[in-house]
Amino acid sequence: MIAPLVLLALFVGAWELYTRVSSVDAFILPAPHEVAQSLYDDRSLLLSNLSVTAQEVGLGVLLALVIGGLLAFALHLWPTLRRAAYPLLVSSQAVPFVILAPLLVFWFGFSVSAKLAIVVIVCFFPVVVTTLDALRAVDPELLKLMRTFDASRWQTLRMVEAPAALPAALSGAKIAVAVAVIGAVFAEYTGSEKGLGHLLLTSTPQLETARAWAATVVLALFAVSLFSALGLAERALVPWTRKDRP
Amino acid sequence: MHVDGGVQLTRIHRAFGPVTALQDLSLSVAAQEVVAVVGPSGCGKSTMLEIVCGLQSADSGECDSAPAVLMPQRDSLLPWLSAIDNAALALRVAGKRRQAARGQAQPLFEHFGLEGFEDARVHELSGGMRQRVAFLRTLLSGKPVLCLDEPFGALDAITRGEMQTWLGDALAEEPRTVLLVTHDVEEACVLADRVCVMSPRPGRIVTELPVELPRPRKATSPAVVALRERALEALR
Repeated sequence: MIAPLVLLALFVGAWELYTRVSSVDAFILPAPHEVAQSLYDDRSLLLSNLSVTAQEVGLGVLLALVIGGLLAFALHLWPTLRRAAYPLLVSSQAVPFVILAPLLVFWFGFSVSAKLAIVVIVCFFPVVVTTLDALRAVDPELLKLMRTFDASRWQTLRMVEAPAALPAALSGAKIAVAVAVIGAVFAEYTGSEKGLGHLLLTSTPQLETARAWAATVVLALFAVSLFSALGLAERALVPWTRKDRP
Repeated sequence: MHVDGGVQLTRIHRAFGPVTALQDLSLSVAAQEVVAVVGPSGCGKSTMLEIVCGLQSADSGECDSAPAVLMPQRDSLLPWLSAIDNAALALRVAGKRRQAARGQAQPLFEHFGLEGFEDARVHELSGGMRQRVAFLRTLLSGKPVLCLDEPFGALDAITRGEMQTWLGDALAEEPRTVLLVTHDVEEACVLADRVCVMSPRPGRIVTELPVELPRPRKATSPAVVALRERALEALR
């Protein structure tokens, strides 16, 4: 816990030093203390924009978890569907969402659904892939055992396969969180009236560079805390996967 | 025709593509009899068990068995359940509520040396204990026929010896029809009423050795050692 903080302090210190020594203009590269000042001065602006982006990301990841999870189960239960749909799913990831985003905004308008759609599109894929792989990797001996217990398909799914796949689904969600923030910010770039991405986009031409950096810091902190929250959820929901146990 | 919980295999044939796993295999197990099947690796022992359990069907021949349950080679316990919930898994599948299932498993836990480990997680149990839980899980399915697939194959020699004694005692108290597949001839001689020797692939039964020795048996007793020699001779 200490080590990354020390590294961060060193990095910020070096940055501060650089801005003083090189006398670079504050609207090109603001010093850390100016960013901190903006974090304080613009706190209500940052917070109200954060709440918009946080909603998009939070809801988006949640939706992606649900949709991705259900899709993985469907593909697992119906091999024909898997053979038909999996290649399409994979190729859907080859279409850059940078291209897709403006079209979706055109379709859904400046509403929150356009942002949600983009976040879900970038997030559901890691969830589907990790969950489906875990479902298919369930110990075949266990499945045989359940069959000799006369378990129904649904019972096997509920008692064995779903819990076995849960850790992987959460890992998928962790990967998704990282791309979700990028997705949300880009969606706001493409067309929106609020959100941290929108604030970033509008701060730069106004030469409010410190504010843009402050928005970036808030975004980074938000992503990190979302990631940690998922880590906590992992500890609570799937404690048997912990490696550091005695 | 199985008589009250026995197993009757008649001229079973099973092939996987060009590989014939079982050929002309006949075997009968009387109710509450313990039959050990020994044979070299890859002779189709596990295939035979899966046919008895109804997990796959024979290409030809007849399999007539009372309802059978499989105890897989690895313990295959569920890491997200406690030891007692693992043992009670079959009861949960049968529709019992969690508390009722635990209640039914509890006396067996106390009886078979697992008292105090009810709420232990799987990773907290030793290899021998895991096999005990796995065996109780098999027992609690309530099926008359138990198919044990090399149950102690993954254990070290000392633990395996202990577990063989334990299983012998457990079966003396809870008699079941048992089909025990193993490559450990000593294990077969200690536990079984009858030892059947299987040929290399394609597998069939080549010799049957009745074990008419009093229980409990010691692996080192001269009669067991002599029997082991005969079984090993038949395997050559």
